[in-house]
Amino acid sequence: MTDPEAVGGLGLRWLEADGPDADIVLSTRVRLARNLQGHRFASRTDMDERRRICDGVARLVDSSSLPGGARLLAMEGLEAHSRRILLERRLVSHDLVGRVDGAEPAAGAALLAWPDAPVSAMVNEEDHLRLQCLVSGLSAVDAWSLVDRLDVGLGSELPLAFHHDFGYLTSCPTNAGTGLRASALVHLPALVLTKEIGRVLEGLDRLGLTHRGVEGEGSRFTGNFFQLSNQTTLGRSEEDLIEHFGRTVDSVVEKEREARQVLLNAGPRMEDLIWRAYGLLRHARLLDYRDLSELLSGVRLGVSLGVLKAPAIGSLNRMMVFAQAAHLDEAAGRALSAEERRCHRAEYVRAALRDPGEASTSDAAL
Amino acid sequence: MSQADRSCDSADCGNRASVHLTQVVDNQASTQYLCKTCAEAKGVGPLLAPEKAVVDLVSHVVDGAGRQEGGACDFCGQTTVDFKESGRMGCPECYTSFETLSRRLLRRIHGSSEHVGKVYVPPDPEGFVSGRQMADLGRRLERAIEAEDFERAAVLRDQIRGLDAARSR
Ligand SMILES: [Zn+2]
Ligand SMILES: [Zn+2]
Repeated sequence: MTDPEAVGGLGLRWLEADGPDADIVLSTRVRLARNLQGHRFASRTDMDERRRICDGVARLVDSSSLPGGARLLAMEGLEAHSRRILLERRLVSHDLVGRVDGAEPAAGAALLAWPDAPVSAMVNEEDHLRLQCLVSGLSAVDAWSLVDRLDVGLGSELPLAFHHDFGYLTSCPTNAGTGLRASALVHLPALVLTKEIGRVLEGLDRLGLTHRGVEGEGSRFTGNFFQLSNQTTLGRSEEDLIEHFGRTVDSVVEKEREARQVLLNAGPRMEDLIWRAYGLLRHARLLDYRDLSELLSGVRLGVSLGVLKAPAIGSLNRMMVFAQAAHLDEAAGRALSAEERRCHRAEYVRAALRDPGEASTSDAAL
Repeated sequence: MSQADRSCDSADCGNRASVHLTQVVDNQASTQYLCKTCAEAKGVGPLLAPEKAVVDLVSHVVDGAGRQEGGACDFCGQTTVDFKESGRMGCPECYTSFETLSRRLLRRIHGSSEHVGKVYVPPDPEGFVSGRQMADLGRRLERAIEAEDFERAAVLRDQIRGLDAARSR
């Protein structure tokens, strides 16, 4: 269904679960907001200017200042299904693709990406360029150094908007300065169960980290998964922001591990929760994505604690991506109805749990 | 998807639920489905609507700044009224056109208005000169369009394209 050349394996590197603390920190993303000097920001550009901005990036695709193999995917040129795949891989935002079910994407909206590197850049989102790097586990330093390299490459060709006092200039003043936003997707079921989560999240606010629930399919929020990110972007160096972010998220991971031990020692309740989640996923015939996320949370906890010997964390990551609507359609080779999708989802998960190797067969189709 | 049609759990609110709020009460995690408005009322926001938080802050700072930076941005024509409505700058030049306001706003948001970190060096110093040129051409293009002088607008647009191509070479 998808043009396999276009979307391919983009955005899947983090699934490998080879980063530090990957059982709790699913992924780390570092994003840099950049704008081209001499152009109006998105809110005031017309189609013509947006196209010119995109053309400017297109001219760099084969230049030596960027890593080889770059691909520029114009959102206008992709079918809605492919755009949905990119959205489910968290490579593009709703803002970039437009409302997938309905309006067409805006002129000049594009994704610059590399098939074999975890970096990419959205073109003509809220800022002209949103550079990003998505990696497994708590690896903010690695993600930063990769995205920094891309920034240097792009900035050596395209004049960027920079102010001697204010730093990199962005459409929204909340991103100005470094333009850097680090975020981690973390799984904190034990802190939720022990009711410590509120206190921990409040503590993060004081340390300059914001948190939000995690959007599941169709903007629903899914329990136990949280996204933590730095609140301010100006007044501290990139290295400083990254170091502080990494250290703070690490302290949350520590607290989650402590809470897990407390629960494990407090009787069979947690083990029961884990096995129930596993049993349901192993045998359910119909699954909503939301149910799936909640059950995967239980299984993930079980694997992390060694209560369950299989599947691997990587397979669980894979399920979170490949059991989403557009990915199920992709595997089926057609647009499924809502009911069919619940059925295909349950079937896919059962197969993946029966034979962990099977979780990867459906992406071979991509 | 069945949950897509789920409506807000708050009594007497028929809005479509878009927020899934998990709370822990008596050691039981319970989940509520709320619309954005009700979620904010329950204190889930303002993170769910950063746009609104920024717009409010911008309004506040603009009103507090008085009138010393009236008028419009040289390059994009944005006024402080536009700024209050959108919470967004119109272009990079806006930060200079409304420098006092920007400084005040950045201090409120970040606790600082002095960038520390990477210092950007443009590909060639002329890049900044052509940025000015571009600003000028853009302004003239807008005026030509306003005056419905489309021939002139076409010429200006070509010039902008040429300059653009030269700059990104
Ligand atoms: Zn409501
Ligand atoms: Zn402006």
